[in-house]
Amino acid sequence: MDIDLDPIEQFDAPIYHRYHATSSRAITPFLHAVKRGELLGHLSTATGKVLFPPLGACPESGEATHIPVILSDTGTVIGFTTVHLPIPGSKLVPPFTVANILLDGADQACSHLISECDIDSVAIGMRVVAVWRPAEVWNNSLENIEYFKPTGEPLVDIDALQQQCLAEAEQRKEAAKGGQDA
Amino acid sequence: MSNNRVAICGVGQTERYKTKLTCSLAGLVREAALNALADAGCEWSDIDALIIGKAPDMFEGVVMPEAYLAEALGGVNKPVIRVHTAGSVGGSTAIVAANHIKSGFFNRVLTVAFEKQSESNAHWALSPSMPFRPHFNSGAGGMFAPVIREYMRRSDAPEDVGCQVAVKDRLHAIKNPHAHLHLPDIDIDTVKNSPMLWEPTRFLESCPSSDGACAMVLAAESHADTSIHKPAWVHAMAMRSEPSFYPWREEVNPEASRACAKDLYSQAGITQPRKQLDMAEVYVPFSWFEPIWLESLGFAEPGQGWRLTLEGATSRDQGGDIPWNCSGGVLSSNPIGASGMIRFAEAALQVRGMAEQRQVDGAKRALGHAYGGHSQFFAMWIVGDERP
Amino acid sequence: MREVAIVAYAQSPQVRQEKVLNEVEMLMPVIETALTEAAMTMDDIDFVCSGSCDYIAGGAFSFVGAVDALGATPSKMESHVEMDAAWALYESWLKIQAGEISSALIYGFGKSSVGDLPDVMSQQCDPYYLAPLWPDSISMAGLQASALLTTRRYTERDFAEVVVESRRKAKANPSAQLSGDTEVEELLRAPYISSPLRRHDCCPITDGVSVLIITDKTALPETIKRPVYIRGIDHRMEAHQLGIRVLSESGSTTQALAQAKSQAGIEHFDIAELYAAFSPQTLILKDALGLDDQVDINPSGGPLAGHIMMSAGLDRFGMSFRALQKSEVTTALAHATSGPCLQHNMIAILEAG
Repeated sequence: MDIDLDPIEQFDAPIYHRYHATSSRAITPFLHAVKRGELLGHLSTATGKVLFPPLGACPESGEATHIPVILSDTGTVIGFTTVHLPIPGSKLVPPFTVANILLDGADQACSHLISECDIDSVAIGMRVVAVWRPAEVWNNSLENIEYFKPTGEPLVDIDALQQQCLAEAEQRKEAAKGGQDA
Repeated sequence: MSNNRVAICGVGQTERYKTKLTCSLAGLVREAALNALADAGCEWSDIDALIIGKAPDMFEGVVMPEAYLAEALGGVNKPVIRVHTAGSVGGSTAIVAANHIKSGFFNRVLTVAFEKQSESNAHWALSPSMPFRPHFNSGAGGMFAPVIREYMRRSDAPEDVGCQVAVKDRLHAIKNPHAHLHLPDIDIDTVKNSPMLWEPTRFLESCPSSDGACAMVLAAESHADTSIHKPAWVHAMAMRSEPSFYPWREEVNPEASRACAKDLYSQAGITQPRKQLDMAEVYVPFSWFEPIWLESLGFAEPGQGWRLTLEGATSRDQGGDIPWNCSGGVLSSNPIGASGMIRFAEAALQVRGMAEQRQVDGAKRALGHAYGGHSQFFAMWIVGDERP
Repeated sequence: MREVAIVAYAQSPQVRQEKVLNEVEMLMPVIETALTEAAMTMDDIDFVCSGSCDYIAGGAFSFVGAVDALGATPSKMESHVEMDAAWALYESWLKIQAGEISSALIYGFGKSSVGDLPDVMSQQCDPYYLAPLWPDSISMAGLQASALLTTRRYTERDFAEVVVESRRKAKANPSAQLSGDTEVEELLRAPYISSPLRRHDCCPITDGVSVLIITDKTALPETIKRPVYIRGIDHRMEAHQLGIRVLSESGSTTQALAQAKSQAGIEHFDIAELYAAFSPQTLILKDALGLDDQVDINPSGGPLAGHIMMSAGLDRFGMSFRALQKSEVTTALAHATSGPCLQHNMIAILEAG
């Protein structure tokens, strides 16, 4: 029997899986805090550094972290990019600028949007402050901050900032050790 | 260390990397495997074990696909293992395969790395949204753009360096029949005028999204003589990993990269990579990673990698002394799971004298390099034309 | 062959759902327990290798976060298989044989509770012919169980007896999720969930992590009282399509056993820990391995008592290690499996030193 068939080169086989995301021992207090408008980091006693957001482990030492540190909502841009390609599943319309922001008091940067300025004016070392959404809509997410905007302060030398932060972390580490020995 | 040497006696690749290859997943890997077996002068029955590597399964939507691929790759009745180390996987898979031989328990193994990312949506899979966090992950390009910007800040490199790499690798690719992108008219202006994707990375400074597979037959010394071509020999191999993020982590020149290279070079007795290697296939998915890796891998002093690029040192076409990515590199073909193995395999082809139009004359020692994750996973090997 | 020994094994409590901790938080204390048991630190560990699955967690690159638990600064030699951690163990064992390392820390983890595991596993099947039909893992196991009944070698009563034994033995396992006293008649009154399987014939859903440490004999920590040597190890794959295989048998298991025996020169086993996620598979594997009634099968209760997906194979090595700490137990057979209906099987022969 001769069958004249066109070859099938593609077919759609959609896959849907549903996952029930769970929080964690470290992330849960962070999520409660951000709903109150607070930015909560963790101090690692092993390194003296402050991690933000707290994910439960100090990656350098592999130890669990638990000591809370409230951080201010001002910080320094230590890296950034302006994105022109839409992110699948996101409502953000390009171009938008995503920055790695080191909040004052933290040793690890978090990602967030930069706005209320010319894209070309964003620079490494730029001082920024969070612009929060109205408190009525706050939920358990860093999306309570709509974006960060420049404060207008002069640019920070981030190499000097790094040295300063590392020195302060070293002091906190020694203090934590001293506290344990006492 | 055991004394068991590892020979590479067969290399096979997809005939032409491109997107939406019209073959099944099984067909894709089988093509590369058959090419490798043919080069090695071997049959399926000569192979003792199968080592498969690929990046996240969400690129194709098949969970743990080695089960499905068993028949296609002659894996029935054999040991089969599947490695996944993110972007470096093609390289780490080759290393696991080499360890099979080095252990003394296997005479010949077939290793295949692949990706058929057009089956799913690679940009989606590379931009996972983490629960409880705002969704800003914009693929690998978005992740690396700030790292590139930081390199530019530190090195004060001229703006055009990235464009130079983009042109050089695509011109290299013209001589590689397997390469996805064949852009004979590419020049600096074309690259500069291409759309900006994640500043400062432009469209033509980024890798394509490809489907493809790469395979190798590795053999013990006693079983390395079946190919009509001479084998390549593994002189050194190393892997290192570090965490994705930690406070003040060095992202431009990661410690894991330096540690991996140091381990690698000490095995091979290399103190001056630029002089002692004849070429390198290095994982450069975004153009500025060439100067970044030139420095990290010790081909140039910190802050000076871009000079080698601008001088043409890494260009085969310009007669550079240390050609990088004669195959066109990741910038010309990027089936993500395969790309690391393509680097390792192209290095092997070079020292076997089998790189055809892209051959570096008299290449005796070459570096194959792969990296992945947030510049945190590294796998490298050095191959030579003589027994180590 | 270099002599490689298991020197430590630790496991988180096996629970139906870990509600508080994420994978990294689960891993950290278990890694610490294993290292302490071995009297080692991470600095003593040459290589780390893990087994996990993105689709269990619901995110690409999900294994990457676990690296945070290792304290990998400075960087470590580390790798990962997207398979049960038993294969991470095999990769590590090969590296020791190759002389590249002297010690390895292996871990497997998964929170199966966050997704629908049987449905997720259906997508392991051939993406063109099988996966679009969504054959979940329980249904496929049901097909295999049905094939076994057709041979008339066993009955549903035999399935129930496997479960009774598992629950009874698990009472002595402090980390068992399901244990207790039950009777065949009671079990047979339960309804089918995918005939001829009843709910109790299937392993539970379990969240957990496991860690196991191996060293070359020359690098054995002095404090280890009773190392367990891997005398032989091999694994073999079968064809994928269910219709091609004889589902009531496990030829690859027999083949792997023969290879392992030729390495080990050991013919008798005091115990066998088998990765049988469904009760009929225990019988199929028992036959494939030629185990008689003298062999204590799954003294831990086996996967029917607790099943950390992506670690259940490693756990058979770990449970064997624990059992071999008793002076009267000297040899064990550990089995791991991967793929639908026992497609891919690993056998290791272990001996207390």
